[in-house]
Amino acid sequence: MDVEKELLQLKERLDAMPGKENKLSMVIFSGDLDKQLGAMIIATGAAAMGMQVRLFFTFWGTAALRDPAKKVGGKNFMGKMFGFMLPKGRNKLKLSQMHMAGLGTAMLKDLMKKKNVSSMDQLFEIAGMLGVQIVICEMSMDLMGMKKEEMIDYPYLTTGGVATFLGDARESAIQLFI
Amino acid sequence: MSDYTVTKVLDCKGLACPMPIVKLSQEMTKLKVGDVVEMLSTDPGSLADVPSWAKATGQAVIENKQEGGVIHFFVKRQK
Repeated sequence: MDVEKELLQLKERLDAMPGKENKLSMVIFSGDLDKQLGAMIIATGAAAMGMQVRLFFTFWGTAALRDPAKKVGGKNFMGKMFGFMLPKGRNKLKLSQMHMAGLGTAMLKDLMKKKNVSSMDQLFEIAGMLGVQIVICEMSMDLMGMKKEEMIDYPYLTTGGVATFLGDARESAIQLFI
Repeated sequence: MSDYTVTKVLDCKGLACPMPIVKLSQEMTKLKVGDVVEMLSTDPGSLADVPSWAKATGQAVIENKQEGGVIHFFVKRQK
């Protein structure tokens, strides 16, 4: 078998291999403040390192994308209940530990300010600046009675399902679930 | 060690992770290939982060030194 042909076949196989692109795909499942902070720091850091970043907000994570200033009507009873129970946006998230009825979370936010650690607001702003894409899980939104109209204004915001994530994840060099 | 001239000084003092590399990556796009930026950081994490960032993005850290709690990185745009 001649070398050139073999090389060509090898190249074809390499092109078809998953995980070869300089991309990061991350599922943000948790609605905990600490985990979302970690996720946003990794996302903005990866974008700064030249990676194409796509975040999939699903389940408890979805509520972080609600815009507290937006009100939507037409929700059923369960939708209203979920809307009431879940945090209204990224600034209402709680710590997974030491929340202490709000005291712990407030203390951490104060510490972050003192230590010059970026807030959730700043991280979302940077993410938008760096072109980080956000996909909201359509099924989670539907399940919890949330609507696209009550979500934040973000330059790269779309909705999608599991295939959107998997299609992206299989060609990404890094995949994370938080 | 002064066989290069600094084009721009980028002050990242007081900033915490991930801001130093976010600022650095944004500054890089404003530079021309061959330009050198002097980046100042007080975040000890930068010592590991900046070289790692440079390796991933194909840029070069040509020198780094610490003076009174401030880390100076000299980063050259390679491409």
